[in-house]
Amino acid sequence: MRGESFLFALTPRRGLLPNRWDLIAFPLIIGLLALTVIGGKQMSAPLAVLDAGAVTLDPANLPEYALRTTLRMLAALAASLVFTLVYGTLAAKSRRAELVLVPILDILQSVPVLSYISFTVVFFMALFPGQVAGAELAAIFAIFTSQAWNMTFSFYQSLRTVPHDLDEASRGFHFSAWQRFWRLEVPFAMPGLIWNMMMSMSGGWFFVVAVEAVTVGDTTITLPGIGAYLSKAIDARDLGAVGWTILAMTVVIILYDQLMFRPLVAWADKFRFEMTAAQAAPESWFLDMMRRARLVQKLGTPIAWLLHGFVRLRVPLPQGTKQLNTRRTLLSRIVDVVWYVVVAAGTIDIAWQIIDFVSAELGWSDLLEVLTLGFYTLIRVVILIVVATIVWVPIGVIVGLRPKLAERIQPLAQFLAAFPSNLLFPIAVVAILKYHLNPDIWLSPLIILGTQWYILFNVIAGASTYPNELREAAANFKIRGWQWWRQAMLPGIFPYYVTGAITASGGAWNASIVAEVVKWGDDTVTAHGLGAYITQTTTAADYPKIVLGVAVMSFFVIVFNRTVWRPLYAYAERRLRLD
Amino acid sequence: MLNAVQAQTAPGAEVLSVKGVRQGFQKGSGELLVLDDVDLSLKDGEIVALLGRSGSGKSTLLRIIAGLIKPSAGDVIYRGEPVKGPADGVAMVFQTFALFPWLTVLQNVEAGLEALGVDPKESRKRALAAIDLIGLDGFESAYPRELSGGMRQRVGFARALVVDPTILLMDEPFSALDVLTAETLRTDMLDLWTEKRLPTKAVLLVTHNIEEAVFMADRILVFSSNPGRVAAEIKVPFPHPRNRLDPVFRQMVDEIYAKMTARPAPDSKGKIKGVEIGTWIPRVSTNIMAGLIETVAAAPYSGRADLPEIARNLQLEGDELFPAAEALQNLGFAEMREGDIHLTMPGRVFAEADTQQRKRMFSDHLLRSFPLAAHIRRVLDERPGHRAPRVRFEQELEDYLSDDAAEETIDTIINWGRYGEIFSYDDQAEMFSLENPEG
Repeated sequence: MRGESFLFALTPRRGLLPNRWDLIAFPLIIGLLALTVIGGKQMSAPLAVLDAGAVTLDPANLPEYALRTTLRMLAALAASLVFTLVYGTLAAKSRRAELVLVPILDILQSVPVLSYISFTVVFFMALFPGQVAGAELAAIFAIFTSQAWNMTFSFYQSLRTVPHDLDEASRGFHFSAWQRFWRLEVPFAMPGLIWNMMMSMSGGWFFVVAVEAVTVGDTTITLPGIGAYLSKAIDARDLGAVGWTILAMTVVIILYDQLMFRPLVAWADKFRFEMTAAQAAPESWFLDMMRRARLVQKLGTPIAWLLHGFVRLRVPLPQGTKQLNTRRTLLSRIVDVVWYVVVAAGTIDIAWQIIDFVSAELGWSDLLEVLTLGFYTLIRVVILIVVATIVWVPIGVIVGLRPKLAERIQPLAQFLAAFPSNLLFPIAVVAILKYHLNPDIWLSPLIILGTQWYILFNVIAGASTYPNELREAAANFKIRGWQWWRQAMLPGIFPYYVTGAITASGGAWNASIVAEVVKWGDDTVTAHGLGAYITQTTTAADYPKIVLGVAVMSFFVIVFNRTVWRPLYAYAERRLRLD
Repeated sequence: MLNAVQAQTAPGAEVLSVKGVRQGFQKGSGELLVLDDVDLSLKDGEIVALLGRSGSGKSTLLRIIAGLIKPSAGDVIYRGEPVKGPADGVAMVFQTFALFPWLTVLQNVEAGLEALGVDPKESRKRALAAIDLIGLDGFESAYPRELSGGMRQRVGFARALVVDPTILLMDEPFSALDVLTAETLRTDMLDLWTEKRLPTKAVLLVTHNIEEAVFMADRILVFSSNPGRVAAEIKVPFPHPRNRLDPVFRQMVDEIYAKMTARPAPDSKGKIKGVEIGTWIPRVSTNIMAGLIETVAAAPYSGRADLPEIARNLQLEGDELFPAAEALQNLGFAEMREGDIHLTMPGRVFAEADTQQRKRMFSDHLLRSFPLAAHIRRVLDERPGHRAPRVRFEQELEDYLSDDAAEETIDTIINWGRYGEIFSYDDQAEMFSLENPEG
C-alpha cells in the first residue's frame, strides 16, 4: 500500500496556521466560484428543462448507461491528468507561481465538490445554451474537480523531491527540460500519481452518480447514465430498479479495477524508486495476457515507437536553473514585489465582489444560521468518524494480522470504498419512512457509509505490514490485552489510520450535501445541517445563500484539517514511522 | 567511438584547470567557507585522486568542476573557456550510482546519448559497445533493481563512458560496494585505462580511502577540512598493476595517514587551534570510541597502534576511523603521531575502568575539552528551571557552521552528553534539562 504518496497530497510540509497565502487563496477560490454564477446568469436566457435523451427504467438500457457513465469518468480523469502535469510542473518550477498555486490547490481540495455543482452547471450551460454539450461538460467538470487536486498535489510533491543524485545525473548528461520531464520527473512521480488516480476514481463514482441528475432552479439536467437511472427510479419509487443500479455499478467497478487499474499498477511497479526487489510485485492477469499476446504486441510496437519519438522530441523549454547557487539579481527582486502587489490587489478586488454580492441580500442572521448548521454537520462528522474508528480499527487489525484473510478482505474493502454509497440512500429512506425514525439521527450514518471503508483498508494495510519481529517480541515479553494495543499495535498502524481517517472525513463532508436531504418519490427526508442547507438553496437557485454555504463549509473543513488531521499526521510522520 | 582514443592533445598537456575556486555561503556572521582558494590542474593521461575526510568539500569541488554548482569565486577552465553549466565531454560516476530505476540497463546507458541528440541507431550501437566493454553483456534488458551493487556501478561506468568523455569524474564510486566487489571493479577499471581502451584523457577520483588513492592515482591531492583546501600534493610513481603489500606502497600509505592526522600547525601567534564552540563535531558513537580505546589498549598493540593496520583489522573505513580517533585525541584519551595512535594515561585508565567510572571520566574530559558541552551545561545550571531549548544552541552554532553541520554537531554533543550524564535531553520537546530520567 502506498499510503505515503497519498498523504503527501494532504499534508504538504508546512505549518499549521494559515499563512498569508491562504488569506489570498481562500477568497480567490470562493470568489471565482461566485463570479462564474454572476457571469453565467448574465449570459444566459432562462433555461428550460434539458433532457438529453429520455432515461427509461428498462434494465436492458443499463449497460449503455453504465458505459456512458464510465466514459464521463475517463474523460474527467484524462482532463485531471493533463491539468496535473501542467499545474504541478508550473507550481514546482516557478517560485512565483508556486507561492499562489500551492495554497490555492490546498484550499481547493478542502472545498466540498458537491457544494459548488450549481455554479459549474450554470457556467457551462451558459457557455452552451440549450445544448447537451454544456450539460456533459458540466458533469465532466464536476467529476474533474473531485479527481484533480490530490493528483496534482502528489505530482507537485514528487517534483519537489526528485532524488538529488538523479537530478545531478540528468543535468550532468545534458538532458533537455523536455527530456528531463519525461525521463526523470514523470517516472519518479508515477507511483504516487497512479495511487492518487485510483483514489480519485474511487471517489469519482460517488460524484458521477450525483451529477447526472442535478436540479438548479429551473434547470434540470438529466444525462443518460447510472445516476440518472437511479434518480428516475427514486422518482418512480421503484426498489427493483434501485437493485439493478446497484448490480450494474458493482459490475462496472469490478471491470474497471480488473481491466484498468490492476494492469496499470502492475505496469507502474517498475517506477518504484526503491532499489530493492519487491517482496510481492503487484500482478494483473490482464496485463500478463496483453504482454503475451503476439498480435497485441505487434500492434503496440508502432505506438511504443511513437511514444518514444515523443519523448525524444527536442522541444525548446526554459531550462530552469542550470547551475545551483546563482544569486538573484536586483531586477528579479523588484519583479517579485510587483508580483506580490498584483496578486494581493486581484484578491482584494475579488473578495470585495463576493462580499458585495452576498451582503446585498443576506445579513448577519443568515451567517449565524449557516454557522449553526455547519456546527450540526461538524458534530455528525466527528461522531461518525469516532464510531467508525471504534468499529473498524480492531477489525482491521485482526484481519491485517492474518495474511490469508487480509488477502481476501482487502479487495472487498477497496471495492466498498469505491462503491457510490448514494445508491444505497433510497433503501435507508424507505426504512426511515416506514418506522418513522428521527432523520437527524438516522440520516447521519449515510454520510460515513461510503467513506468508512478507507479507514478499514488502510488499517488492514498497516497491520499486514506490521513487522513480524515486533509481534514476536510482544509475545515473548507477554505483552497482552490493553497494553498490547496501546504500546505495540496502535502506534504501529497509526500513520495508516490517519491516512484513512483523513480521506474518510473529507468524504463525509461531501456526502453530507447529498445525505442530509434524501428523496423517495414525493417524500423528502431532511436533517438539520449545512449539507441540507446547500442542497435546498441549490434547488431554489438562491445564489447568495449558496455562496455563503459553500464558504462556510469550506471554512469548517479547512479549520478541521488544520487543527486535527495535520497535527496528527505530522506526529505520525515524526514519531511513529516503522522504517 | 570507444576505440578512437586520445588523439588531439599530447600526454601531459593540461586538459582542465581550476583557478582560485572559492565556495562559501552567507551566514549571519559573514561568509562561511567550504572551499578556499583551490587550484588544481588535470593533465592528459593521468588519474588524480582528491583525498579528504568527509566534510572537506571535495565532493563540492567535483560538482563545481562538473558545472553542476557555480562557485562563489574563481573559475574552472576547460577547453580554454570557463565552465558555465554542465560541460560537454565531462561525465560523472556517482557514489549512489544514480541510475534511473525505471529504465533498463540499455536505456540507462542510452539516456545520455539521447540527450545529445545522437541518432537512435548509432546510439544503440555505441551503448552496446560500452556495455560490452564494461562487462555487462547479457544484462541489457535488466532493470537496475535486479542487479547487485557491483553490476549497478558497472552500469554507472558504462553510462559515463558511452558519451566518450574527455574527463571522467568519479565521486567515491566504490565506497558503496563491499570490499571484494570494489576491488574487482577498481582493477577492471585500471585495466581498461592502462590498456588505453577508454576514450578518456583524464580521471578525477574523489575518495576518502587512502589505500584506494594510492592504488589508483598518479597524483594525490590531500584535502584539509574547514575550509577545504589542497594541503599536499603527492606523486605516486609506481607502475600499474600495483601491489598493496609492496613495502614502498605501504610506506606511502603510512605517510599519507601521518599527513592526514597531523595536528594543525600553530598559527602566526604560535597558538594551536583547539576545539572551539563553533567547531564542527562529526557524528561518532561512544561505542566506537570505547571500542577503539579497548582495542588499542589490548594485545598486540598495548597502547600504540598503526592506524592503517587498525583500520584494516577493525574493517573501519578511514571515514569512520579518523573522526573517532580525532574525537579521542580532542578528549585527551589518545594522541595521533606519524600515522600511529597512542593512548594517553587517562586513555589507559579508561580502558581498565568499569562502566560507571568510564562515564565519570568521559564526562570530566568532555566538559574540559569541548566548550560547547561546557556551554550547554553552564546555561542549564544558570537557568532557574534548568531547561533550555535545542534551537537556542543550534542557532548559535549556525553562526559558524552550515545548517547541516550545526545539526550534526548538536546531535553528537547530545549523544555524548547523555552518555556522560552531564545533561538529559527530551527529543519530543527538543529540550535540554538537568532532570534525572528516573526522578
